[in-house]
Amino acid sequence: MLAEYLPIVVLIVLATGLAFIVVALGHLFGPRKPNPVKAEPYESGMRPYGPGRRRVSVHFYLIAVLFILFDIEIVFILPWAVVLREIKMVGLIEMAVFIGVLLAGLIYAWKTGALEWE
Amino acid sequence: MDWQDFLSVLPFIIVAGWATILLLVDLWIPANRKGITAGLAVLGLIAAIAAVISRFGIEREAFDGMIIVDGFSSFLQLLFLGVGVIAIAQAYDYLRRRDIERGEYYILLLYSLSGMLLMASAGDLIVVFLAVELLSIPLYVLAAFAIPKADSEESALKYFLLGAFASGFLVYGIALVFGSTGTTALSGMVAAIESAETTPILLLVGSGMILVGLGFKVAAVPFHMWTPDVYQGAPTSVTSFMAVGAKAGGFAALLRIFISALPGAAVMWMPLTMWIAALTMAWGNIAAISQTNIKRMLAYSSIAHAGYIFMALPAAATPEVAPEAVRAALFYLVTYAITNLGAWGVVLAMEKAEGSGLEIEDYSGLGKKRPALALAMALFMLSLTGIPPTVGFMGKFYLFQVVIDANLIWLALVGVVTSLISAYYYLRVIVVMYMRDGEPEVRSEALLNSTIFITAFGTFFFGILPGFLLKMINQVSLLDLFR
Repeated sequence: MLAEYLPIVVLIVLATGLAFIVVALGHLFGPRKPNPVKAEPYESGMRPYGPGRRRVSVHFYLIAVLFILFDIEIVFILPWAVVLREIKMVGLIEMAVFIGVLLAGLIYAWKTGALEWE
Repeated sequence: MDWQDFLSVLPFIIVAGWATILLLVDLWIPANRKGITAGLAVLGLIAAIAAVISRFGIEREAFDGMIIVDGFSSFLQLLFLGVGVIAIAQAYDYLRRRDIERGEYYILLLYSLSGMLLMASAGDLIVVFLAVELLSIPLYVLAAFAIPKADSEESALKYFLLGAFASGFLVYGIALVFGSTGTTALSGMVAAIESAETTPILLLVGSGMILVGLGFKVAAVPFHMWTPDVYQGAPTSVTSFMAVGAKAGGFAALLRIFISALPGAAVMWMPLTMWIAALTMAWGNIAAISQTNIKRMLAYSSIAHAGYIFMALPAAATPEVAPEAVRAALFYLVTYAITNLGAWGVVLAMEKAEGSGLEIEDYSGLGKKRPALALAMALFMLSLTGIPPTVGFMGKFYLFQVVIDANLIWLALVGVVTSLISAYYYLRVIVVMYMRDGEPEVRSEALLNSTIFITAFGTFFFGILPGFLLKMINQVSLLDLFR
């Protein structure tokens, strides 16, 4: 039974092995001409300013949590919308319940001031 | 899927749905009237109790075997809901006194309860995992409820990290069992193991990991390290609920998975559970002796009691004894719940606003100042030791009898000897209450007093007349659906 998984193991070994080899080859044979501009941290092509580890408002954390919540909602809604015609009324009600629960969470977050930015 | 399936999970829907509605309602309840939220939460629990009672005696599977409704689940659901009502009554005054009253407390408690209800009727490992998470996550938040007190934060963080770790074990174990048997449905697993179409090594490792994951939840040695710290740091009303509810929830899953779904693999898990039971009883009771803080002492006591209930698992490896072992475990869970809720109630009454008054020494003189409260506490301590005429004695008697029936005489002996050891630290509380002089400062709050009275009455009443409870438990059958 476990033998069926052998091709996957081979694939994993080959893929990681190849990645290592390619990086190592570039490291060994590639030309290296460092200069101050190249040594700068990459920041989307912009001139970097300030150190990389700045203090971030803890408020971002709350926003991130809320973002994940509605991100997951989309993950569920997209496939649901595709098959809605086949699952009919039951599917509609179930999605209404799902969105209703998330909506309750949003109202709670809103009313308790999680969305305020002072 | 039909409407009857939804009726099968009606208690769960009521509690979870009501919690969500209350979450919104609570936003418009002024901060000094949060008693309304507590009252509404109890109302929801009563509706759920009615829903459980109305379908008592019905046995069926719902959602293609994902949900099982039987005597086992109905009985445990009644226990959970009862615990929920008492936990809310205990919390109400305590939260005001500690100045941490917020409506979310009762809502989180309802969510955690809904996880326990789901756990009791889980018929699939995926549902078990879902229920474990639903049960635990609100408890992590509740443990941190006294924020910004450092104790409470520490307790919550420890509980969260170790709980997440344990969940990892559980879900990996589920994956391995699935790999071995090809199904996550409990009924399907019985068939797969009987037909011998399994990979034994995967089954061994998988069921072992499930045992580790759930062992964390019920605080069995060697997965008990978090218990004293978490129980001590969390607000006492949360500890009370956690010690009773979460433990009963963990055992609901343990009994259901190992006794009803994996009886074919009993050779594998029998020695494991036997040693866990013996070690848990021994270490829980021995470590409790040196505790001076009542919350820590009761935490170790709860570890020891997990060991006693754990004895039902190796006993159930003998097929003839299995039904009786499940009943004995359920009976013990009830005795544990009643007695422990009462004992924590007394601790709640003794705790001062700033969180002191938790040393055992603080109980000196209680016998003179508040005779009724001291009598109740003495009753709870006797029941935890297992001395008649309390319900704790009946629970231990029933459980030891089952263990001896399964021919595990040495395990029963470990149980008896460790009970003797436990008498030392339980009776010390009684000695301190009655034979030392002191001026304890005690609250007298109507709701808290009534919960102490009810649990003390239950401890005494079921100790003398256990017949009513036994009759109810004798109707419980865990195994019928799969055989």
